[in-house]
Amino acid sequence: MVLTFSQGFLISILSLAVLASGFSEDSPTDRRVLVLLDDFAIKSSHSLFFKSLETRGFDLDFKLADDPKLALQRYGTYLYDAAILFSPTTERFGGSIDAASILNFVDSGHDLILAADASSSELIREIAVECGVDFDEDPAGLVVDHTSYAVSEEDGDHTLIASDDFIKSDVILGSKKIEAPVLFKGIGHTVNTANSLVVKVLSASSAAYSADPNAVLSNSPTLIGSSISLVSVVQARNNARILISGSLSMFSNRFLRSSIQKAGSTTKYEKSGNEQFLTELSRWVFHERGHLKALNVKHHKVGEVEEPSMYRIKDDVEYSVEVYEWSGTSWEPYVADDLQLQFYMMSPYVLKTMSTDQKGLYHTSIKVPDVYGVFQFKVEYQKLGYSTISLSKQIPVRPFRHNEYERFIPAAFPYYGASFAMMGGFFVFTLSYLYTK
Amino acid sequence: MALEDTQEKAVRHAFGNVLSLFVLLLIGVFAFSIRLFSVIKYESVIHEFDPYFNYRVTQYLTKNGVYDFWNWFDDRTWYPLGRVIGGTVYPGLTLTAGTIWWILNFFNIPLSVETVCVFTAPIFSAFASWAAYLLTKEVKGVGAGLTAAALLAMVPSYISRSVAGSYDNEAVAIFALIFTFYLYVKTLNTGSLFYATLNALAYFYMVCSWGGYTFIINLIPMHVLLCIITGRYSSRLYIAYAPLVVLGTLLAALVPVVGFNAVMTSEHFASFLVFIIIHVVALAYYIKGILTPKMFKVAVTLVVSVGMIVCVAVLAILIAVVASSPTKGWSGRSLSLLDPTYASKYIPIIASVSEHQPPTWPSYFMDINVLAFLVPAGIIACFFPLSDASSFAVLYIVTSVYFSGVMVRLMLVLAPAACIMSGIALSEAFDVFGRSIKLQFPIGNQTDDVNAGNSSQVSTNNSVKQESEKTENTLKERPVKKSKKKEKEKEKEKEKSESTSITKQIEKKLLILPFEASLVAIVLLVLLGSFYVVHSVWAAAEAYSAPSIVLTSRSHDGLHVFDDFREAYAWLRHNTDVDDKVASWWDYGYQTTAMANRTVIVDNNTWNNTHIATVGTAMSSPEKAAWDIFNSLDVKYVLVVFGGLVGYPSDDINKFLWMVRIGGGVFPHIKEPDYLRDGQYRIDSQATPTMLNCLMYKLSYYRFVETDGRGFDRVRHTEIGKKYFKLTHFEEVFTTHHWMVRIYKLKPAKNRIRGQTKKSKSKTSTGKNNQKRGTRATKKNPYP
Repeated sequence: MVLTFSQGFLISILSLAVLASGFSEDSPTDRRVLVLLDDFAIKSSHSLFFKSLETRGFDLDFKLADDPKLALQRYGTYLYDAAILFSPTTERFGGSIDAASILNFVDSGHDLILAADASSSELIREIAVECGVDFDEDPAGLVVDHTSYAVSEEDGDHTLIASDDFIKSDVILGSKKIEAPVLFKGIGHTVNTANSLVVKVLSASSAAYSADPNAVLSNSPTLIGSSISLVSVVQARNNARILISGSLSMFSNRFLRSSIQKAGSTTKYEKSGNEQFLTELSRWVFHERGHLKALNVKHHKVGEVEEPSMYRIKDDVEYSVEVYEWSGTSWEPYVADDLQLQFYMMSPYVLKTMSTDQKGLYHTSIKVPDVYGVFQFKVEYQKLGYSTISLSKQIPVRPFRHNEYERFIPAAFPYYGASFAMMGGFFVFTLSYLYTK
Repeated sequence: MALEDTQEKAVRHAFGNVLSLFVLLLIGVFAFSIRLFSVIKYESVIHEFDPYFNYRVTQYLTKNGVYDFWNWFDDRTWYPLGRVIGGTVYPGLTLTAGTIWWILNFFNIPLSVETVCVFTAPIFSAFASWAAYLLTKEVKGVGAGLTAAALLAMVPSYISRSVAGSYDNEAVAIFALIFTFYLYVKTLNTGSLFYATLNALAYFYMVCSWGGYTFIINLIPMHVLLCIITGRYSSRLYIAYAPLVVLGTLLAALVPVVGFNAVMTSEHFASFLVFIIIHVVALAYYIKGILTPKMFKVAVTLVVSVGMIVCVAVLAILIAVVASSPTKGWSGRSLSLLDPTYASKYIPIIASVSEHQPPTWPSYFMDINVLAFLVPAGIIACFFPLSDASSFAVLYIVTSVYFSGVMVRLMLVLAPAACIMSGIALSEAFDVFGRSIKLQFPIGNQTDDVNAGNSSQVSTNNSVKQESEKTENTLKERPVKKSKKKEKEKEKEKEKSESTSITKQIEKKLLILPFEASLVAIVLLVLLGSFYVVHSVWAAAEAYSAPSIVLTSRSHDGLHVFDDFREAYAWLRHNTDVDDKVASWWDYGYQTTAMANRTVIVDNNTWNNTHIATVGTAMSSPEKAAWDIFNSLDVKYVLVVFGGLVGYPSDDINKFLWMVRIGGGVFPHIKEPDYLRDGQYRIDSQATPTMLNCLMYKLSYYRFVETDGRGFDRVRHTEIGKKYFKLTHFEEVFTTHHWMVRIYKLKPAKNRIRGQTKKSKSKTSTGKNNQKRGTRATKKNPYP
C-alpha cells in the first residue's frame, strides 16, 4: 500500500492505513518521518529536499523542535519510522523527547538524519557523539578550505566548500556517478577509525582545516586535512541507519539550485551535486537500497532432503540460503560472489564461498571435518553499504557409532590369520596331548 | 559313641551355619538401613555433583537403551566441544542401576529411575559387607568373617560414599573390589579354575565401575611377587594369577573408557611383568621336577640368566616407551598417588579438588574410628599362621594405608581393609578370651573333642554373634544380654564331649589367660565396639547424610533450610531458552545439565584443562575481557555461587584462587600475585585492584551492600572492599532467596559505538548517579 503525497498529508498519523504501511520486514522502507525544525522557515527554504522525499512516498510530519506536544511513541509503539533533525540550535526538545529517547528510537531500529551547523547545540552534538561522530569542539569552528572552495562573488573566507571526495560505494550513493561537486558550509567532524559502524561519505580535501574563519589562527587547528569528514553515515548493529551532516544549509534550496565552480578548476556546473548526492543518500538511509534479507536457511546431507538433528564426522552436507535485496518497492534477488559459509566451532573449520543461481539462492556443499563437537553453520556478511547478514544455526557433529567403523581392515589380515592359526594349533595340540601316549 | 559325636557335630554345624546366615542377613539389613538417614532427614534426592551426572546418564540409558548409551554424544556439555559420554564414562554403575530398574519394571514394579538410583548405594553396601564376610572367611574363618562384615556395614568412611542418594561409582565399586579380592583368595585357596574365571569376571565388573581398578591390578601382582619371593609358589598361585591377567586384560580392554589403556599405560605394566616372572618361576619348578638336583643347578643358572635378560630387555622397552611420553605414561591422578606433591606442583585442576588432598589425622579417627587401633592387632593375628590368604590381607592393608595417606578419597579403599583386619583381631581376641573362660569355668573344664580349628570356629561364632547382635541393639541392656550369652555358652560347653588329643590341649594351654582378665578384656572389647557403633550411627545420621544441594543450619530461632541451588536451576529451566549456554565454575556443570537441562561450558568431568582455564580466565578478568571470552563461547548466562550473605563457605570466592591458578596455567597473563596482597587472599579494602575489578568479585558482590548497608561478608568475616559499582557488560537476572546462587545475563553488544568526545555534561550525570546510589543504599534488604 503506497500512500500518495496528498493522502499522506490528509490522513492523520494514527490512522490505520498509515500504521499498516509502516516499517516492516516485508517492506523495510520507512514511511512516516518526523521532521523537527528550528523554525518553520526551514520548511520552505529546504522544500526541494522535502519534496523529493514526499514524491518517493514518505509521509513527513513537520514539528517545531520545542513543540511541547512532541512524542516519538505512544502506548509503547513508535509513531514514526524515521526522524529528520533539522534543528541544530535547539538546546532542548519539547514534549517527551530528549537525546536518550532519540537514541532509543535508533536502537529500536529506526533511522535518523541529523544536520548540525555552525553554532550547533550541545544536544545535537551529544546525539552525534553517541552515534560515533565527534564534531569540532570549537563552537565557532567552520571547515575552511583555501584550495577547493566554491568560487562565488561575495564569499571571501573560503568556508563554502566544493567537495567531490565521495565514498566509492554504489550502494550508498547510487550507481550513477555524481559529476558536480557538493556544496558544503558548516562544521566538520571526525570519526574514530576503529569504529567499524561509521563511514565517511563526503570528506574534506587534504588542505582543509576547521577553525573560526573570523579569528586569527593562533594555534594549529585540531581537525585538519582529509581526516575531516563533512557527511558521515552510520549503520548500527541492528541495521538502523543514521546520516550525520555538519551542514544544514547543504540541504537548502539555495545550495541545491546553485551553480558551482570549484576553485582552480575551469569547469563550471550549472547545478551543484547536492541534489543528487542527498537524494541518493536519503534513499540509502531510508532503506530503499542496500537492505538485505536472508531466508530459507536449509542444510541436509547430500542426497537427502530432511534436515537432521545431528551430523556425523565426514558427512557430506549441502547448505543453501536465499538472499534478497529491497529495491524500495519489492524484494529483488541479491547477486554477489562473495557470500561465504563457515562451518564453525570456536573457529571456522570450513570456509567456503557459496555459488549463486542468480535468483537469490546461494548454496554450497561441504564435508564435515573429522572433528566432533557442536558446530554452527555461520554466514557473516558485512559489506560496505549493505545491511548485515548474520546467520548461525547450531548443529552437533557426532563421532562414528561403534558399528560404523570398518569391519575388516585389509592391513589386519595377518593378525586375523595369526589368531585363527593359534586356535587351530591349540586344538591340534590338545588332541595330540590327550590321545597320544 | 563316635556316631553320636559326628551327629552332634553335624547338628552343631548346621545350627552354626543357619545362625551365621541369619546374622549375615541382619548385617545386610543393617548396612542398608543405616544409610537411609539422608532420605528420612531430607528427602529421596540425588546428592552432590557427580551423582547428578550418573543420574542423567541412567535416565538416558533407561530411555534409549544400551546401544544409544554406548554411542551417546552429549552436545549439552563442554560446549562447543561436546563429550562422547559412552566412551568416557565407567558404565558399571549406570548399567547396574539401569538393570535393576529394568527388572523392577519387568515385574511391574513402577519405581522411578531416581528412586532406583537413590537406593543403589545402600543395596550395594549390603552386598559389600557380605563380600567382606566371604573374603575374611577365606583368610581367617567364619567368625572373623562375620565380625568384619558387621564392621564394614557401618564403617563411616564407606557410609560417607554410599548413603542413599550418593549415586556414585564408589557405591558399587567397593563391593566389586572386595568381591574380586575374595575370588582371588578363594582361587588361591582352592586352585580352582572355575573361581579363577569368576575372578576375571568380577575384575571386569570392577573395571566397568571405577577407575580404582588399577589398585587391584597392582595389588594382586604385588602379592604374587611376594609369594614367589617368600618361596610360596604353587600351582594354585599360578591358576589364581595367570587367567586373571589374560582374561582380565582382555575384558578390561572391552570397556570403552579403558580400551587400549589396558595394555598401554604404565598402571598396568606391573601385572605383565609379574606375569612373565611367574612363568619363569613355573618353568623353573617344572624343570626342577624333571631334572636331577645337580643338573638342576646348572639349569637354574641358565634359566635365571635367560630370564634376567628377558626381564631386562622388557624393562628397557617399557622404560623407553614410557619415557617417550610426556607424563611418563602415568595419568595425573596416579602420579599424584606415587608422588604426593606432584599434583599440587603441576596439575592445579587435580589439586583443587578437596578430596584429592592428603587427609589429616582427625579424618582417620572420623572415618575408621576404633578400627585404627584394632588394625595392628589384626596384622599380628594374620601372621599366626601366615598363609597365602592372610599375607594378601596384610599386603592389602599396608598398601591401602599408604594410598589413603596420599589422597583423602582413597580412605575408601582403606576402610574395607581396616574392617577385615579389625574383624580378624576382634574375632581372635574373643576366641582367646572365650576359650580361656570356657576352659577355666568350674563345670566345663574339659577339653574339646573336635579339632582345635573347629572348636575355635564355634567359639568365634558365639563371640561374633555377641558382637553382631550387640551392633544391632546398640544401647540396650547389655548385661542381661551378655549373661544370657554366657549361659548359652555354658550349655554348649556342657554338651561338649570329653575325649581329647593331648597335643592339641598343650597347644591350647599356651593361649589360655586368667579367667578374670579374660572377662574384663571381653567387657572392654564390647565397650570399644559399642563406642564404634555409637560413632558410626552418629556419623551416618549427622556428618554424612547432607545431600549438599539442600543445606540446613540450626540457629537460635530454629532450623533453616537453604534450597537455593534447586531454586536457581529451576529458574534456569523455566526462564531460559533450551539452547542457551550457561557458564559457571566446573563444580556446578553436572547439576546444571541434569537439573536445569541447559548447555554448560565446563563440568565436573575435568577432561579438558584448556577449556576450564578459559572459564577460569574469564572469571578472573575484568568485565570487558570476560564478556569477550564468554561471548566467543556463545554464553548467555553466567552463574556464580555466593555464600557471603548466609555464611556458606564453599562458594566461588573461596574457590576463586583455583580459577586464577588454573586460568594462569594456560593463559599466562593471569598471574596469581596480582590477586594477592602481600601473599594474602583478601576481598576487603586492602585487596588489590585486579581482585576488586575481576568478574568474579563483581558478580558475587554486585548490589551486596544493599543487604545490610555496609557489605559485610559472613564467610570472610570482613567488609567488602568495593561496595558501589555498576555492571557494564552483564545484567543481573536472578538471585536466589539467600543469595547463594546469582545468575547474570550477558548484555548484547552495543548497538552503536560511541565517539571519543568526553561527555561535557559530567556534572549533571554524576548528580543523577549520586541520587540513584542514595536511594539504593537506603533500600532495605528484601531478604533479611
